[in-house]
Amino acid sequence: MKIGIPKEVFDGEKRVATTPDEAKKLIDLGFDVCIETGAGSHADFTDEAYTAAGASIIATAKSLWFEADIIMKVRAPAAYPELTINELELIKPQQILICYIWPAQNKDLMQTLADRQTTVLAMDSIPRLSRAQKMDALSSMANISGYRAVIEAAQHFGRFFTGQITAAGKVPPAKVLVIGAGVAGLAAIGTAKSLGAIVRAFDTRPEVKEQIESMDAEFLMLDFAEEGSGTGGYAKTMSKEFIDAEMALFARQAMEVDIIITTALIPGKAAPELITAGMVESMKPGSVIVDLAAERGGNCALTQKDTVVTSSGVTIIGYTNLPSRLANQASQLYATNLRHLVTELCPEKDGKLFVNMDDEVIRGATVIQDGTITWPPPAPTLSVSKAPPQTEAPSVKVEAEAQTLTFIARFKQFLPLIIVALVLYGFGLVAPESFMSHFTVFVLACFVGYQVIWNVSASLHTPLMSVTNAISGIIVIGALVQISSSNILITVLSTLAILIAAINIAGGFLVTRRMLEMFRK
Amino acid sequence: MSQSLVTMSYIAASSLFILSLSGLSHQETARRGNYYGMAGMALAIFATVMSDAVTTYSILIVALLIGGLIGARAALKVEMTQMPELVAIMHSLVGMAAVLVGYANFFDHSSSLVGVEKTIHEIEIYIGILIGAITFSGSVIAFGKLCGRISGKPVLLPGRHWFNLSLLVAVIFLAYLFITAAESGAGEWPLALMTVVALIFGIHMVMAIGGADMPIVVSMLNSYSGWAAAATGFMLSNDLLIVTGALVGSSGAILSYIMCRAMNRNFISVISGGFGSAGGGKAAEVEGDVSEIQVNELVPMLRDAKNIMIIPGYGMAVAQAQHAVSDLSKQLIKQNKNIRFAIHPVAGRMPGHMNVLLAEAKVAYDIVYEMDEVNDDFPNIDVTIVIGANDIVNPSALEDPNSPIAGMPVLQCWQGHNTVVLKRSMATGYAGVSNPLFVHEHTRMLFGDANDSLQSVLKALQTQ
Repeated sequence: MKIGIPKEVFDGEKRVATTPDEAKKLIDLGFDVCIETGAGSHADFTDEAYTAAGASIIATAKSLWFEADIIMKVRAPAAYPELTINELELIKPQQILICYIWPAQNKDLMQTLADRQTTVLAMDSIPRLSRAQKMDALSSMANISGYRAVIEAAQHFGRFFTGQITAAGKVPPAKVLVIGAGVAGLAAIGTAKSLGAIVRAFDTRPEVKEQIESMDAEFLMLDFAEEGSGTGGYAKTMSKEFIDAEMALFARQAMEVDIIITTALIPGKAAPELITAGMVESMKPGSVIVDLAAERGGNCALTQKDTVVTSSGVTIIGYTNLPSRLANQASQLYATNLRHLVTELCPEKDGKLFVNMDDEVIRGATVIQDGTITWPPPAPTLSVSKAPPQTEAPSVKVEAEAQTLTFIARFKQFLPLIIVALVLYGFGLVAPESFMSHFTVFVLACFVGYQVIWNVSASLHTPLMSVTNAISGIIVIGALVQISSSNILITVLSTLAILIAAINIAGGFLVTRRMLEMFRK
Repeated sequence: MSQSLVTMSYIAASSLFILSLSGLSHQETARRGNYYGMAGMALAIFATVMSDAVTTYSILIVALLIGGLIGARAALKVEMTQMPELVAIMHSLVGMAAVLVGYANFFDHSSSLVGVEKTIHEIEIYIGILIGAITFSGSVIAFGKLCGRISGKPVLLPGRHWFNLSLLVAVIFLAYLFITAAESGAGEWPLALMTVVALIFGIHMVMAIGGADMPIVVSMLNSYSGWAAAATGFMLSNDLLIVTGALVGSSGAILSYIMCRAMNRNFISVISGGFGSAGGGKAAEVEGDVSEIQVNELVPMLRDAKNIMIIPGYGMAVAQAQHAVSDLSKQLIKQNKNIRFAIHPVAGRMPGHMNVLLAEAKVAYDIVYEMDEVNDDFPNIDVTIVIGANDIVNPSALEDPNSPIAGMPVLQCWQGHNTVVLKRSMATGYAGVSNPLFVHEHTRMLFGDANDSLQSVLKALQTQ
């Protein structure tokens, strides 16, 4: 089958759906790949590079859409009247389209595509399973956004990120607050951290605390117990009390930090407003806010989509095309995600796509099949570990129970001792004097052994076992004192015992010696 | 030699044995400790032979020489990877000797004990043979399991606890028969029957224990062999045997306890057999992709790393890779890497197994650390190399309360930057638990024979 890669026509979109390297891998899977001329030019991939990889170059979008069986692109198809291009009309029936769709937000687009009898796989609808991570374009793009957000902030921030003590004076490190520790947030934390900033982060989902701390950032805690994890590892809307506590935290932080990067999104909802105009005003002049949620209305009240605004000395960046601002890298990662998806779709490696609706990942990604809308998919089983539901605080009754429990536990702890003591006393009633003296020796020797062995270093446990082996060969004494008996049976038994014990003695000591000789500094 | 002199020699020998064990607390004094042990043994044997009780020397000296030669030959020929087998078979010898001595003592009717003292003496014989027989058969099975002649999987008979219980009842009943019969000088049959029951008990006990629990079993049998010697001491009214037996017995008991703690297992549950048979919810399935790594990718990773940790497991012993590991560590030290070894207490098939293997391969013992010493350091480790280990690096021990190994302390290598696992295949460890470490995002798998892989890594490091 023929895969067509059109040039992206959306304003400011610089990515391309495949790179020369990935094109070659697609060709290895048995596909023909054709590229619209200049498709990769914004991402620094020349037509020559594609040709060298084995792809063919097609001069116009029209003929590309006409020739290809499969269209892979970045943005959803749309009409661009000013450029006299209408991608929607170029789509043929039975064509397979793989790109971003956002089916929940674009009902009309879905209907149009369904009417044209296409099959559509949405890169944004790939389920979040560990197996699907290699196809998860949202994560790979979020990673880029997070990185780029810090770079954009650095561009507008008038100081170093890292603290320095120089001959010209002391430079304090920049303080960065990252709100929302998803993929983008964690990438931003990592980037800001590696530039030397002090990084704090906040998220409503307590399970990300560990991830934040693993990146050496400080996790800001709320004194408020509410679980913020929704399904699929995304966040959910929180209660009003929680939001109040959260806003108070942001207000305090706003006065202190130099850079705020917000990445808070809730699936299918407008972005929550977390940084109010008042907080922006309270920030130090020269501070920077990067709003990664600008596409969905922004986390900051003053964010304006796709532009940079300045308000009371604070720069607020609302770019929505951050991956495009790193077009080469973004194209590479996106193309790899796409190629992984195609590999899953083409298990035979014969250049034919097979949309296997029994596969959970493919089922999730397929939003239209042969003109039938198959979105939303049935709820996937998710692998994100969830904390057990919190139970009510223990009541008085439970405490009382706990007390009796500890009493029983204590009694159980002492029970063996009591039994041993009783047995010993019972024994003492009947045992003769001669036995008791031996028994004294035995008990004392046990304690000596206990004290001595605890000091043995763990690395010497094997030599310890072999030397105790040799020492337990002391049983030879028992045989020695009996060998001179007049009873021939006893002599035979004793001789055997001596022989066996001698094996132990010689073997044990010699092998210990051999081992200990090896332990050298 | 007078009786007092003999007793004095015994006291000296006991002291030497105690010094011997305490010498093992440090590497520096360990060799001296071994010599103390030899001296104590020589003194004890010499004093006994010189005592009035011994009159026939020729047969005794021949037996000592033959046994000594066999033992010496075994000690000098054994491979360090086979140490667990050697230790197990030596335990069985102690058990066997205890049984023989017990029988010899039973047939000896020259003692002049009467009344309660006689009954106690008979109980002592009975217990001595009982413990000796259990030690013997248990150790033989442990030996078979360790050298692979018997499957390492636990053999769980239906109703095995009832079976054990009925054996115990049989032992007590036979004891009653034995004591009543021995009043009149008989009692061979109950004694012989009990020996058979004890042998069956030993076999059954060790058969039910899985391969991963072997360190516990080996140290437990070590303990039993000590108690067998102590019981023999009671039987013969010999304080030297009692002291030595008690020392060895408590040593083995402590080792078993340490091993149990290292696996977060209850001693009773280990002895009663079966692994992970306890109830509880279903353990979480492990899902995710395994990402492989090739030798030529590992080499630059090692070159860029500063802190490297090596975690050896039983697989290293199986692949005989300790020399390759040692050479690799030396090469990396030459390149100014901070390289350390992290040893889990139950790595391998007996306590301290890995330390002995690394020592054999001439790894300096001051770069070999115990789990507790290095576990907090993992976040600073650039590359961790896991060689043939599985359960001891399994994160589900800490994260999944339903995992059969939940709560077992493990080496937390996943907290480091990169982990490379050398493994023959994706098989699970002895515990039969799948390991999320292998699909962890920072983990790469290097499949193949550990020895071959490490040799080629070493070669690549040396040439470039």
